[in-house]
Amino acid sequence: MTDQTPISREDRVEKLKGVGSQRKRVEDARFTQGKGNYVDDIKMPGMLFGDFVRSPYAHARVVSINTEAALKVPGVLAVLTAADLAPLGLHWMPTLAGDKQMVLADGKVLYQGQEVAFVVATDRYAAADGIEAVEVEYSELPVVVDPFKALLPDAPVLREDLEGKMVGAHGPRKHHNHIFTWEQGDKDATEAVLAGADVVAEEMVYYHRTHPCPLEPCGCVASMDKVNGKLTLYGTFQAPHAIRTVVSLISGIEEHNIRVISPDIGGGFGNKVGAYPGYVCSVVASIVTGKPVKWVEDRMDNLMTTAFARDYWMKGKIAATKEGKITGLWCHVTADHGGFDACADPTKFPAGFFNICTGSYDIPVAYLAVDGVYTNKAPGGVAYRCSFRVTEAAYFIERMVEILAIELGMDAAELRRINFIKADQFPYHSALGWEYDSGDYHTAWDKALAAVDYEGLRKEQAERVEAFKRGETRKLLGIGLTHFTEIVGAGPVKNCDILGLGMFDSCEIRIHPTGSAIARLGTISQGQGHATTFAQILASEIGLPADSITVEEGDTDTAPYGLGTYGSRSTPVAGAATAMAGRKIRAKAQMIAAYLLEVHDNDLEWDVDRFVVKGAPERFKTMKEIAFASYNQAIPGLEPGLEAVSYYDPPNMTYPFGAYICVMEIDVDTGVHEIRQFYALDDCGTRINPMIIEGQVHGGLTEALAIAMGQEIAYDEMGNCKTGTLMDFFVPTAWETPHYTTDHTTTPSPHHPIGAKGVGESPNVGGVPAFSNAVHDAFRAFGLRQSHMPHDHWRIWKIANGLGLHG
Amino acid sequence: MGKQHYQITVNGEAKDILAEPRELLIHTLREQLNITGPHVGCETSHCGACTVDIDGRSIKACTVFTAQVAGKEITTVEGLGEPGKLHILQEMFKEHHGLQCGYCTPGMITRAHRLLQEIPNPTEEEVRFGIAGNLCRCTGYQNIVKSILAAAAVMNASQEAAE
Ligand code: FES
Ligand code: FES
Repeated sequence: MTDQTPISREDRVEKLKGVGSQRKRVEDARFTQGKGNYVDDIKMPGMLFGDFVRSPYAHARVVSINTEAALKVPGVLAVLTAADLAPLGLHWMPTLAGDKQMVLADGKVLYQGQEVAFVVATDRYAAADGIEAVEVEYSELPVVVDPFKALLPDAPVLREDLEGKMVGAHGPRKHHNHIFTWEQGDKDATEAVLAGADVVAEEMVYYHRTHPCPLEPCGCVASMDKVNGKLTLYGTFQAPHAIRTVVSLISGIEEHNIRVISPDIGGGFGNKVGAYPGYVCSVVASIVTGKPVKWVEDRMDNLMTTAFARDYWMKGKIAATKEGKITGLWCHVTADHGGFDACADPTKFPAGFFNICTGSYDIPVAYLAVDGVYTNKAPGGVAYRCSFRVTEAAYFIERMVEILAIELGMDAAELRRINFIKADQFPYHSALGWEYDSGDYHTAWDKALAAVDYEGLRKEQAERVEAFKRGETRKLLGIGLTHFTEIVGAGPVKNCDILGLGMFDSCEIRIHPTGSAIARLGTISQGQGHATTFAQILASEIGLPADSITVEEGDTDTAPYGLGTYGSRSTPVAGAATAMAGRKIRAKAQMIAAYLLEVHDNDLEWDVDRFVVKGAPERFKTMKEIAFASYNQAIPGLEPGLEAVSYYDPPNMTYPFGAYICVMEIDVDTGVHEIRQFYALDDCGTRINPMIIEGQVHGGLTEALAIAMGQEIAYDEMGNCKTGTLMDFFVPTAWETPHYTTDHTTTPSPHHPIGAKGVGESPNVGGVPAFSNAVHDAFRAFGLRQSHMPHDHWRIWKIANGLGLHG
Repeated sequence: MGKQHYQITVNGEAKDILAEPRELLIHTLREQLNITGPHVGCETSHCGACTVDIDGRSIKACTVFTAQVAGKEITTVEGLGEPGKLHILQEMFKEHHGLQCGYCTPGMITRAHRLLQEIPNPTEEEVRFGIAGNLCRCTGYQNIVKSILAAAAVMNASQEAAE
């Protein structure tokens, strides 16, 4: 077989559509025609629908549940309660954070919307009728929604199941509503620095509770085949293999008899990492009825019960010299985890990677303590498009730096500049224990400031303040600065695991005889375009066109084990596995080529898509030819075929960074804001597909806009969730969303096989402080130090009013 | 609740539907007719994932009873292109990266299709306002707007060429 690929090197590179190509997405033909296959699209013969009876109360005893009337409703086949699950030991389930969570209310409920009973019926309408007919008698208990009040000595006991257990999954518990204390850094040294510092800025920074709210809610279809004993579970899982292991551990079904499939996923953003009662109930219902059972939450269920994010009260102290050199950072976080600790963090990190909170700055000494607290709110604490609390950390440090600038009377851009870690300090060891892999913050910062004409903006702002004071305008100008450093790509098995499962990832490649390939990975795309970009990585490694490579994810029966997609880990971990597996293929291909060309392996060199005899460019074998040979020649000493698998354990995290600047006009009388300009510079190391990177940045910035400017999960004193629909929970439309300008620098990761760092979450991490800082900055001249997000119109109006700007 | 017969036309095909009066159009489409392009994102008319075209207007199928659309013509994303050939909007969404997870996309494209008939040559502002009933959580809209404007340009150019 001879290969007809073009001869010119440039043409050959172009044809591969490898790393760096603006390759169009292979997913799109299906999605644009409505031919996606999301979980609610799955239909199986005889499939039933399950749905929940949910608690209207935030804290109450469940006195009785009467299912008699419900079972008479036409179409209703079963109603499960905790009493039905208890004999199977499934009325509680483990959480990813080492706590346990009720699957169905076991004697009491701890938050509004908690699952009380599971109604199984022939269709969703019958299930809804069944829910109406279930009678539950509750007796109300006192409610605590404030984490500080939850820690008062006489606060009501929320978790009676933990009574007397004063050691939790992460060490000692100080109080009946306390979950853990997590300490990092050097307390004494930090306090000594604070005591002797020229300047100490102190502030409470609150990052409110919000929700990832992907457009597709969570759901699953469980199908237990009683004849062969196999369970198939389709679902919106960001980590299908981990779900398989969890299901096996809690159900006792052997893992080889469980097949978990993540079909197309309509956005995840962290919402779809955890295990939810709906999954367990669907599995049980399928076992009980012998039929496939579908459960899909509605938007209200989604916002009220599955996976909130943030809710961190961050008290900070930052010390500096008179000249503005930061000398120390102190932080205490009160973390509101809701009724169960269901955070999705690596086991050894109960507050995720919040200890990246020294940010982009060279801070010699720091101390951090986090206290986790139970309240009568929904469980979760997921990483909403961020790598395990990195967004909270970035928001904290970027607010503290702004507040320090106020304290010092300095320009906030300059203050950042003099404190950045310098390019020659990498690899940099932070005071809270991380080793930053690479960065060049000064270059990025200068490029960003120049791009927006920072000095010009400051002049305009000063003139605006004067004009405002003279009564000539009612609009103020805010310049929101952020320089963030992320920590992504969890992570090295030596310190990163979830439920004991090391956070490596994997890729398995099979080359077909005609020179095309399939690659299977342990990750799962939720819109990131893995089918497109992983093929690009591979194309560059093995010299077969990306268009000839199928990427498959999400089926645990076929994909190698991996920990899934979240925390921007797909590119740093699975992307690395892909490159490494590709290199194994290439190594074998080299031996085959040497045999075919009758030379020694070492006499060959790799050139885009072929091995060439050194010094004899006309003598070569292309990958396509080699692929065929691997199936058709008996090569002494080599097995037939061309396959490889790589399980990649990253040596370190990757540390993407960026500089964002938001220019915002604020109407003092209405609190309405308008974003005049948003500039986002990202450095995510090697860029695999610039088009997809840009799309990720636009999307993440829009989520950040939502969070900073209006989106929240809010409760009243009774524990009623006030933001359970998209009427109250802010998701920006195209109308409110500004135009973004994207830019980049490229500082490859030194330890990643292709130097890539991951980008999906940067814009959320950096965007939130950029928007929030713009609001604060607009009012800096009038004395504003700190005002909590979200900055909706009413809250901005209140800032103006509080500062006496309404006359 | 008793079921009743309703006649509707979906993507040019006459359909005889047997449904309870309370059945929502989105469920008739998705569950009875296997037309799964329109998605459910909220069930409260906010997200637009379920957008279909009914007698020349964009309608959110999650808040319409099938009984209300008896006798009407319904077009979904499945009815836009021709077999084997993408509609120009579909092509431009692919070209300009106007989608990521794809969940909002069928509703978005169906809405854009109607918008370009309402305003054949829209400004960016008109596009942003015109699709404000359709939420996207992934793209930040910038590339959606670009895709729709690009489709409008192509459609207008071929219109002119035809005249
Ligand atoms: S599902 Fe119809 S508007 Fe959201
Ligand atoms: S592409 Fe995911 S919601 Fe729009």
